[in-house]
Amino acid sequence: MALRETADQIFPELAQNQRNFLLAGGAGLVVSAVGYATNPEQFFPAYLLAYMLVLGLSLGALAFTMIHQLTGGAWGVVARQSLGAATRVLPYLTVLFVPIILGMPYLYEWTHADVVAHDEILQGKAAYLNTTFFIVRAAFYFAVWNGLAFVLNKWSKEQDETANPALPLRMQRLSAGGLLLYAFTMTFASFDWIMSRDPHWFSTIYGALIMVGQGLITLAFQIIILTWLARRKPMSDALTTTYLHDLANLMFGFTVLWAYMSFSQYLIIWSGNLPEEITWYLDRMQGGWTALGVTLVIFHFAAPFFLLLMRGIKQNRGLVRKVAMLVIVARVLDLFWLIAPEKTHEGGAISLMQAISWQDVVVPVALFSLWIGFYMQQLRQRPLLPVNDPQFEDALGPALAHAHNAGAAH
Amino acid sequence: MAEFESPTTLVAAANKTREAGYVDVDAYSPIPIEELHHAIGFKNTKLPLMVLIGGLLGGTGGFSLEYWVSAIAYPLNVGGKPLVSWPMFIPVTFECTILGAALTAVFGMFMLNKLPQPYHPVFNNPRFAMASRNRFFLCIEATDQQFDLDKTRAFLDTLGAHEVTTVAE
Repeated sequence: MALRETADQIFPELAQNQRNFLLAGGAGLVVSAVGYATNPEQFFPAYLLAYMLVLGLSLGALAFTMIHQLTGGAWGVVARQSLGAATRVLPYLTVLFVPIILGMPYLYEWTHADVVAHDEILQGKAAYLNTTFFIVRAAFYFAVWNGLAFVLNKWSKEQDETANPALPLRMQRLSAGGLLLYAFTMTFASFDWIMSRDPHWFSTIYGALIMVGQGLITLAFQIIILTWLARRKPMSDALTTTYLHDLANLMFGFTVLWAYMSFSQYLIIWSGNLPEEITWYLDRMQGGWTALGVTLVIFHFAAPFFLLLMRGIKQNRGLVRKVAMLVIVARVLDLFWLIAPEKTHEGGAISLMQAISWQDVVVPVALFSLWIGFYMQQLRQRPLLPVNDPQFEDALGPALAHAHNAGAAH
Repeated sequence: MAEFESPTTLVAAANKTREAGYVDVDAYSPIPIEELHHAIGFKNTKLPLMVLIGGLLGGTGGFSLEYWVSAIAYPLNVGGKPLVSWPMFIPVTFECTILGAALTAVFGMFMLNKLPQPYHPVFNNPRFAMASRNRFFLCIEATDQQFDLDKTRAFLDTLGAHEVTTVAE
């Protein structure tokens, strides 16, 4: 029966695509290595940006897998196997984190003893912001994420094969705790890996902003891949207009949530106007950064907001995919806005033109290609739809049966 | 009016009715049936557009109110910021947008679907109470151009209905 066929059997070309993406990613990494050798100052921020981008694709998928276990919903039944494949890329991402540890001296000024020696604030933060504890924390985050992804995927596979009725409750229980753990670890990971680039500055909503970004890029990517998989059965029947509309609505919701949180952070800091907080925005309101800020307001919020208000777009596979691509580009720009403005020794930040380099394009493209290659490798191994999901019949039964009858009639 | 025992027969019948050229058709079901909108030839309403306009009006109103209060009616220097500090106006603008859109959605819906409606001719059919339990009804209204009591009744009889009744005005 077609439902039991793996993605590999339905889409034999995935193997070729996977190889192409892995080769492109590998070639990109070779070019990036040239960048590393010639200009490590530019390489590491570009690598951090690329890394946070692809990490979002896996962790966002992990979060949505757990949310779907708790809330249910047909959109999740459609996306579940693809989300699972995205979480199974996490072990590779764990390895790809190593360059960030190697690049710490380039990325984080608090790693330099001489800087800390002249900086009272950094001395006060040294108990938290020090190299050893940074690595210990990172190890803990990856242990949590890999552990959750491993167990959930193991049970999901078992469910595919045996339909063990005890599994849904077990997955729900793990997901409840897992979501809390994800929110906790990702908050601190975003503090450690991005916020501490500007170690004097702090914002408590930062972790939530990064998580919303991860959710957003995950939805965008899943919409692209699901509409692609919908070229053939069974996804062509399963991804009904209604479910595509649901996913697009979620993407709309996350776009608004991102804008809401970004703006509330800005509003609070702007109206407080306190020296220890406002510097972060002052750095981004000079040297050409304002142009990037305005671009973000337009392309990360206004454009997707108005496009996704329209039902005609949300229900059209080709159009909603284009909006999803726009969202992914906007995510890259947002991460660049967060990561790239580096402090100069005179105080203040470098200008946009100083911050940007060819590496900011090549490294993200390389890691993104690699990620997609690994994702495809994982996707190929399992069926495209979770036939033993407790909601499967309710969500997809009518759509698949209808298609079956229509097929038989012709 | 025809009575059916399952959603699938209702949808099939509604499709045939639409194809037969009937326009003033309504269907009653105890559960939401996704395909039914299309089957009875239901057109999208003007409601989304009304909500958009309501939201825009609310937002503009909220922003103007803030502008008028802080720059014209009661200019007060707060923290050395300009009188027209637009970031400060955004929360009120946002909330008023939601308020305008939500109120338009609720009252626009009542306006368009004419609820609450204490009387409707279909209530004259004693079996219609089952529309909120386990029966599905399809009603061709007498206002339809093609409506002809005998022919329409005969047509409904061909659709495999459990029972066909004529409902008085």
